[in-house]
Amino acid sequence: MKLNLSPAKLYKSLNLTIFTAVIVFLYIPILILVIFSFNDAKIITSWKGFTFKYYQLLLQNTDIKYAFQNTILIAVLSTLLSTVLGVLTALGLENKAFKGRKGIQLLIYIPLVIPDILMGVSLALLFNFVRINTGMFTVLIAHITFCISYTIIVIQSRLEGFDHSLVEAAMDLGAKPAQVFWKVKFPLMMPGIVAAALLAFTLSIDDFIITFFTSGRGFDTLPIYVEGTIRRGAITTINSLSTLMITFTLFLVVVSKRIRKIIL
Amino acid sequence: MSDIRLENLSKDFGSFRAVENVNLEIKSGELFSFLGPSGCGKTTLLRMLAGFEIPNTGKIQIGNKDITQLPAYRRQVNTIFQNYSLFPHMSVFDNVAFPLKIRKQPASTIKSSVLEMLSLVKMEDQHAKYPDQLSGGQKQRVAIARALINKPEVLLLDEPLAALDLKLRQHMLIELMNIHDLVGITFIYVTHDQGEAMSISDRVAVMNQGKIIQSGPPDDIYERPSSIFSAYFIGETNLISGTVSQVHDDYIELKCQIDKDEFLELDSTMHFTPLPGKELTMSLRPEKIAISRSKPRTQDDINFVRGTIEDILYLGTHTQYIVRVGKLRIRVFSQHKRVYFDEKALDWEEPVWLFWHDSDTWLIDEVASDTSPSGSDLEIASPYSRAVKKLGNQRI
Repeated sequence: MKLNLSPAKLYKSLNLTIFTAVIVFLYIPILILVIFSFNDAKIITSWKGFTFKYYQLLLQNTDIKYAFQNTILIAVLSTLLSTVLGVLTALGLENKAFKGRKGIQLLIYIPLVIPDILMGVSLALLFNFVRINTGMFTVLIAHITFCISYTIIVIQSRLEGFDHSLVEAAMDLGAKPAQVFWKVKFPLMMPGIVAAALLAFTLSIDDFIITFFTSGRGFDTLPIYVEGTIRRGAITTINSLSTLMITFTLFLVVVSKRIRKIIL
Repeated sequence: MSDIRLENLSKDFGSFRAVENVNLEIKSGELFSFLGPSGCGKTTLLRMLAGFEIPNTGKIQIGNKDITQLPAYRRQVNTIFQNYSLFPHMSVFDNVAFPLKIRKQPASTIKSSVLEMLSLVKMEDQHAKYPDQLSGGQKQRVAIARALINKPEVLLLDEPLAALDLKLRQHMLIELMNIHDLVGITFIYVTHDQGEAMSISDRVAVMNQGKIIQSGPPDDIYERPSSIFSAYFIGETNLISGTVSQVHDDYIELKCQIDKDEFLELDSTMHFTPLPGKELTMSLRPEKIAISRSKPRTQDDINFVRGTIEDILYLGTHTQYIVRVGKLRIRVFSQHKRVYFDEKALDWEEPVWLFWHDSDTWLIDEVASDTSPSGSDLEIASPYSRAVKKLGNQRI
């Protein structure tokens, strides 16, 4: 049979190949991880049968439980604080009469481009210098520090498209400044605030490097714990843990889409 | 009642003087327009009335109350914004209810007055929709309902029809007039569209460069412009400058240079008595000029001018001719009533007679400078007219 390949067809099939390759590279490792979390074997070299054993082990493991609790606690607190600070900063930077505006804007962008390791080391040095014992508090401070740039920028981008005449309209109709903010401006900022909070939450939950430098001994978040466990070679519970986390993340994605739909 | 009084009102933005020493009285219940090109200060004036800008000097009074320094939310003044500024996160009902909710009125009162207001603007069946589900005209109606529900003393309208298409604009204009008659409060209307301002207003103030050039009823401004600017800005006109050669009891003779050593002798009635030798500008509206290929019977009070047709623009209701008279380009509107004059349509480059009664001109005590937008050189012949011209020649 003769192959009849026109340039258009070739282009189409090439497109499809690249697409497939990308998808495979992105998702096959995750798929393997999920499958092997049900594998009844200590090492992932071969398939030895289906089991829930490692999920049971996972639930019984108190170290993981603590690490999980720490992670959630840090994520929730740093999300809350960095979002609130982000809202306030973004609103403050709206004031065009404020002289230091450009300089502060630059300072906000810098943490986005600084390598995590630099940030981690510098924070660790700082905590050491001012003699604060590393632990939950330092991790929280560190997480707020790297989340806040993101929350400010996300909220600012929402404010940028904000139609200032709406504020004037509200004032014109009799709303005092506080009423203007809570009834008009804040509700319209909401999608930006939610997006910023979700971003901060994800950033906090899977941060490893900065947490590594600022947590010290005795305060493990999940990524730190996972790293330690894998280093010791016990990979099986980590597979099931990762599977649970993937499920949770998917859940979050669905929820956030719903929230966006409701708000917008 | 609540007349509005503006006294020596000025506003600067940095070194730019947006509004300069405006003095004006607007009567209660009047439909008053500020008309001018963009950047003339009309919107700044409106924003000072609304309370969004505080004037540098001067005073704004409504009735006996000085509101110059009052914040926007304390004024009995509401605004319709150019882009309507409906709250996108609220339904039509909630948008209109907003002013009442802010004042913490009971829910039952809110409901009945909102529905009443929505029925005034014929939007009662759309109350559950959101602004992005509405058309431009509908948004406009909601904005009107929302601005009127507070029962303000004054309604400000900032180019409210600019975003609508022509048909809808004409329709909304009539509707706005009806609403004005119905609620009986003062409307202050800001626009750059002279047609809108002329048709809707009781009185118009023509503005330029922060100053009020002329104010009065629309026909007054149209027929008796006090300056070159208002003559040029309201409607279209021919501005012919000349020197007074003789002054009679009820008319003057004007000598107008149209080329190096060619002059026109024109007569005009006058509303002030200039001295011979004075330089003046004469405003001659294009619709007041008759055009014909044959010379009409000589009459004392008719001016005749010989010219050549340079351009013809067919505009449906009338045809616009640009007629070359020496260096002058005179614009003529001719209604399509061919029974009166020429049997055969006039053509390009055809010599014609222009004539008008000497009371159809209006003298302006100013000389047009080359830099002013109203210099006597008309902007002529758009690309469109050129295309028409070519086509016309081919037909022959």
